[in-house]
Amino acid sequence: METLSFEYRGGRSVASPPPSVLVGVVGSGNLEVLVEPAPLGGICRVEIQTAAVGFGTTWQAVLDDVFARHPLADVRISINDVGATPAVVSLRLDQALDAFAGGFQP
Amino acid sequence: MRDWNLQGRNRDARLARAAALTEGKRVATADARALLEAVLEPGDRVCLEGNNQKQADFLARTLASVDPARVNGLHMVQSVLALPEHLDVFERGIAAKLDFSFSGPQGARLARMVADGRISVGAIHTYLELFGRYFVDLTPRVSLVAAQAADAAGNLYTGPNTEDTPVIVEATAFKRGIVIAQVNELVDSVPRVDLPGGWVDFVIQSPTPHYIEPLFTRDPAQISEIQVLMAMMAIKGIYAEYGIQRLNHGIGFDTAAIELLLPTYAESLGLKGKICRHWALNPHPALIPAIEAGFVESVHSFGSELGMEAYIRERPDVFFTGADGNMRSNRALSQAAGHYACDLFIGSTLQIDLDGNSSTATLGRIAGFGGAPNMGADARGRRHASPAWLKAGREARGDSGQMPRGRKLVVQMVETFREHMQPAFVERLDAWELAESAGMELPPVMIYGDDVTHILTEEGIANLLLCRTAEEREQAIRGVAGYTPVGRGRDLRMVENLRDRGVIRRPEDLGIDKRMATRDLLAARSIKDLVRASGGLYDPPKRFRNW
Repeated sequence: METLSFEYRGGRSVASPPPSVLVGVVGSGNLEVLVEPAPLGGICRVEIQTAAVGFGTTWQAVLDDVFARHPLADVRISINDVGATPAVVSLRLDQALDAFAGGFQP
Repeated sequence: MRDWNLQGRNRDARLARAAALTEGKRVATADARALLEAVLEPGDRVCLEGNNQKQADFLARTLASVDPARVNGLHMVQSVLALPEHLDVFERGIAAKLDFSFSGPQGARLARMVADGRISVGAIHTYLELFGRYFVDLTPRVSLVAAQAADAAGNLYTGPNTEDTPVIVEATAFKRGIVIAQVNELVDSVPRVDLPGGWVDFVIQSPTPHYIEPLFTRDPAQISEIQVLMAMMAIKGIYAEYGIQRLNHGIGFDTAAIELLLPTYAESLGLKGKICRHWALNPHPALIPAIEAGFVESVHSFGSELGMEAYIRERPDVFFTGADGNMRSNRALSQAAGHYACDLFIGSTLQIDLDGNSSTATLGRIAGFGGAPNMGADARGRRHASPAWLKAGREARGDSGQMPRGRKLVVQMVETFREHMQPAFVERLDAWELAESAGMELPPVMIYGDDVTHILTEEGIANLLLCRTAEEREQAIRGVAGYTPVGRGRDLRMVENLRDRGVIRRPEDLGIDKRMATRDLLAARSIKDLVRASGGLYDPPKRFRNW
């Protein structure tokens, strides 16, 4: 198990966010993403619990791109990962953040 | 005066030695070993039938049990090393040399035995090359084959899994060799004659029916959303774009996803009748929904697939079947069809390098090739035109002014990371190290980069036909390699430029909403759904029944 944490600045707050959005499942090769509003002074914080150790730079690259697509502020993203590939991680985060920002419902 | 019939006389001598064991062409099961010891001579070239599907398993066991003092130094020529007995014959000194095509399940043991000097490997072939050599310089002296049934005259009925038997028997019988068949049953008259009795010398009832591996059954329950996304990209970005009518699919979940998206996603794009009408393909259960939806006009198969027998019988307009109603497959002819008559091959791989070379070789295993290199190669000898072939040729030629000719579409479809975060894109294929450690003359490359036309990943499609320089090609590959080290090593500006030119196309460039890529799009989401789609005709093997 490894715990990783990333923070992004410069995003926009969602006007009336849902209490939380949960997508994905805790299963091999998959992950669970929980998105919640949080008073973080404009920060988007991502906290990751992952079964795959040693992929910090890959997470960083994936999350940089996710934040570029979804620049959000005052939000906490909690990820429970069971060895999902970057493709699955990106897909789940896109689903969760679209739903959080009031768009597409997965 | 030279004797011009040494082979015929040698054949007669072998038959004479076996005479005491036979009743007509029939040999008792208990006498199988005695028969092999009577007809085989040291150093013989022997073909033992076994592919990735049907196995002459009883004869393999029998051969592994002969007395090495009487039978030794054999030169085995065979499609596939699948059973432990295929290597036991080398361990016991019965055989010494091997020419083959594929060794999937025995790949690790084969690598060890080659390293220990227990086996001398002539060459590793594709199926068509090996079959070709049966008629040139590797003609079997004795062949051990498998069939469903035989009559007293030695006529063989193979049932749907005809596979390699015709090519093996033809090469042997017409060069004065000896053909021995194991059969599941002895009957008064066979339902149809797949091999004429005149080409067969001995038939032996096998104590158990020959083994068949259900190799092409993919449970739709295991198809992921990423595979659905990639299948959408294949259909919209390649099949529709080129109007692919004639094709071959590799084995695997990536292509099973495409098959299961035809009646749903492809139908919604109005592609029925415009793509995927004619196939060189084993009877994949995953194709049932597309057949039922009217997408598929014809399917010719290398072999059959367990559980598909009744479905095939009830769909004779689609499959090649005999007067008895059952399928007639033929690996050699379907391979030739896949090479020359298809416009597209699409399959998965394990590793792709920066030139687009792809390999399924892994260290410590000698796996061989099977049929993929013949399917996944431009047919340089092809001369007939089709719209897809011409379009690919135009893209490759650009405005270079070269002589017009077409190109086969060869698509490698991979997720950027495999299981356990193994990157599918690498700077250097493991095949290089394997070649060094196993003393091979060449790195075992499954599909050479200059034959690959498209690389499809979850990140996008790289159209290598449109690349004009080696640098563009490398950046096109990096540009779809995702977060692998190769992908992260891309030149961002060049990749964006390639995207502007349509060399790289992302899902959004194709008008594909990634969020639509859910398993709901699959025409069947389980084996049970496939049974239902077949109207109850598909009868899956037990291991795939989970209800």
